[in-house]
Amino acid sequence: MRLRLVPEKTTIDFFRWQYVTFGASLVAVVLSLLAVAVFGLNFGIDFRGGTTIRTESTQAVDVGEYRTAMQTLGLGDVTISEVFDPTFGPDQHVAMIRIEAQDGAEAITPEVIGAIETALRAVDPAITFPSVESVGPKVSAELIWSALLAVAAGSAGIWIYVWLRFEWQFAVGTVAALVHDVLLTVGIFAIFQIKFDLTIVAALLTILGYSVNDTVVIFDRLRENLPKYKKMPLRDLMNLTTNETLSRTIMTALTTLIALTSLLVFGGDVLRGFVFAMMFGVVVGTYSTLYVAKNIVLMLGVDRGGPKQDSPAGTRFAEAEN
Amino acid sequence: MIHIPLWKRLLIWAICALGILYAMPNMFYSRVEGHNDAAAAIAAAGGTATPEQTAALGQWPDWLPSDLVNLGLDLRGGAHLLAEVQVGDVYASRIDAMWPDVRDALRPLRDQVGNVRRQPSPPGVLRVAIENPAGMQQALTAVQALAQPLVTLTGVGQTDLQVTAEGDTVVVQLSPAERAATDNRTIQQSLEIIRRRVDEVGTREPTIQRQGEDRILIQVPGIGSAADLKALIGTTAKLTFNPVVNRTTDAGANPGPRNLLLPAADEPGVYYIIEQTPVVTGEDLVDAQPAFDQNNRPAVNFRFDPAGARAFGDYTANNIGAPFAIVLDEEVISAPVIQSHIPGGSGIITGNFSVEESTELAILLRAGALPAEMTWLEERTIGPELGQDSIDAGSLASVIGMVAVVFFMIACYGWFGVMANVALAINIALIFAVLSVIGATLTLPGIAGIVLTMGMAVDANVLIFERIREEIRQGKGPSRAIEIGFEKALSAIVDSNITAILTAVIMFWIGSGPVRGFAVTLGIGVLTSMFTAVYVTRLIIATWLAFRRPKSIVV
Repeated sequence: MRLRLVPEKTTIDFFRWQYVTFGASLVAVVLSLLAVAVFGLNFGIDFRGGTTIRTESTQAVDVGEYRTAMQTLGLGDVTISEVFDPTFGPDQHVAMIRIEAQDGAEAITPEVIGAIETALRAVDPAITFPSVESVGPKVSAELIWSALLAVAAGSAGIWIYVWLRFEWQFAVGTVAALVHDVLLTVGIFAIFQIKFDLTIVAALLTILGYSVNDTVVIFDRLRENLPKYKKMPLRDLMNLTTNETLSRTIMTALTTLIALTSLLVFGGDVLRGFVFAMMFGVVVGTYSTLYVAKNIVLMLGVDRGGPKQDSPAGTRFAEAEN
Repeated sequence: MIHIPLWKRLLIWAICALGILYAMPNMFYSRVEGHNDAAAAIAAAGGTATPEQTAALGQWPDWLPSDLVNLGLDLRGGAHLLAEVQVGDVYASRIDAMWPDVRDALRPLRDQVGNVRRQPSPPGVLRVAIENPAGMQQALTAVQALAQPLVTLTGVGQTDLQVTAEGDTVVVQLSPAERAATDNRTIQQSLEIIRRRVDEVGTREPTIQRQGEDRILIQVPGIGSAADLKALIGTTAKLTFNPVVNRTTDAGANPGPRNLLLPAADEPGVYYIIEQTPVVTGEDLVDAQPAFDQNNRPAVNFRFDPAGARAFGDYTANNIGAPFAIVLDEEVISAPVIQSHIPGGSGIITGNFSVEESTELAILLRAGALPAEMTWLEERTIGPELGQDSIDAGSLASVIGMVAVVFFMIACYGWFGVMANVALAINIALIFAVLSVIGATLTLPGIAGIVLTMGMAVDANVLIFERIREEIRQGKGPSRAIEIGFEKALSAIVDSNITAILTAVIMFWIGSGPVRGFAVTLGIGVLTSMFTAVYVTRLIIATWLAFRRPKSIVV
């Protein structure tokens, strides 16, 4: 007895709600941009500079007392939040303290950290400091820049590759789907104010990789089908192709989500934001593969002049494999 | 029947076997680590081993591979520092040291230029006013003659000094080419000195790298905190011996031109006014050892090289009865009075040291002074407990994720799922083998990368299996369907994986820190998963087909 996620033969019309789905995607992208503009991103110290101190204690965390203890030190804006995680033991209480970048200092001085630790020990003698991280404003500005550059360069690289392997319409569709996925993920981070740091950028880049993977598999099949069904309208051909590959699309999304769910639940709080970004990206990436990338290709149309209408680079591969 | 040539079969199995062999040490991490540490310690000691070391060595056979995946700081705990070297400091001391030479060069020209006077100037620039501006040309020529030709490839035909005239003032500074060369040298020296200091403490596998133009990245696993690390490498340990002008208790005293007002290290409220230009510096030291002085207090013995010994000997001979200051990092450690001519070039530094302090000072002096100060741009301390928690959580999540994927594959593809799972297991072994052999560092995002590649590695097999299903539906026989399935899926597998590798390369190229660690595991994972999906699964299925010869198959 096999588990069949998708019936053997499906004939879903993916363009039936073409304008609704495409419109919804557009609205979601605009909303994401708005959310980033209005709420802003909750940048971690990687991008904003400053210091985070992770505290751990056998006693319950009293955020108010921590705050009072640190008030006398004159550190400016201090954020204290308790961290909850199912992987923690019953008497494991963790808090994150974030201190803004101090004027005139690239990184926080050991004396300041020492003073904070002493102040907190007075409140809770059992407290320990498993990690202290400090990033100066100079580096954080560069990190923002290099992160933006990484996402842009990743998209550009994918664009060029898809363009060379397929046709420019496919490249436009693929990159539009990528931008859609990345913006929606960033939007979610803005709405829920989840900490946005360097590892999230790595997650965004992986979403790029995953989403393009998904899209390219369908385009690959479409390229194969184009000469086979010369008379079929592009719209029907795309539906046929998508239905043919649907089983694989769902299978891969599910296996990846299964692996990620395990990380989300058991991987600890340090990784949670990262895993959340990936899971969201996989779901959105699957949606955009089915409803965004192809819509754009359909709107742009594909040149179906002859049986060998693939770009030269593409033909070479296709011939070698058929 | 799927035909795979024998040499290809052997090669594929050999690669898998090697992968498992090289991944194996990671299963026994602490054991192999103990073995490696002991082997390194014995080699360092010149082949003599203590019983504990021999025992540790015996924990892992020598003939097995012993490369391990390096654990990143977030998994092992340790300190991470990013420092910016103030390369400009070096210009200042170089130019400052030019003054006596410039004065001496202009002295024979007194008839043309008249008296010369040093004028206040920003660091890195020497301004000398001459009394008679008509002699400016001669003065410039004389000072320019002090310049040395550059020996770098790009600096052919240039000299190290830039001498210009501004009214009645000769302005001396380093030429741009020399500055570039100096910057490079400063960073190289700093790297070398930091490496020596960290090595003296004897921690395992520190990372000390140059980053960009003037930055140094230092990662030391297992050290208590970034503050400890900073104390060790952040001390410039700049030692100089300067003539003492005066001693005062007034912190606001005006030291006068080209003198410095420095606090005494062990007498609070006491200050010394010393001459800015030192007699000898720590660069002339050849050795420093912790010792005890005649009163049995901790001290540091030192020895100068011949040039330093001569300068020190001449100075002490000419200044008997005068005090001179031993200055370490802008503090006067002590200011003894010169009792007699000290010709041998060795001496002792006494101060209010503890035994630890004198030992540390000796280490710092021996390793050499940092050529320039460093400012800290980034520092991170991760406690070993948090690292262990992360490893535990990461491995638990990986195992559970893997078991879930395995069951899911079997539920969907039955026997074919089992074969794909064997390939998946080999894939993970290969990832660890490659990471170990290239000495890559595994970080927490890296573990996530491996878990993600597990999900994505299955993708290639899913593509193949779905294709096989289609071919079976069209009525093809088992081996033909499988063969066509593999062939047709290949183009999609190649395309999708190349884009994934592309993003990994871009992440590695542009990213830093956690992004890089993730990119490495993702890139390797995609490569190995392509190999296992296309070659290993195919070989397993071909072998099974040849063995069973099924009439029909259900995928």
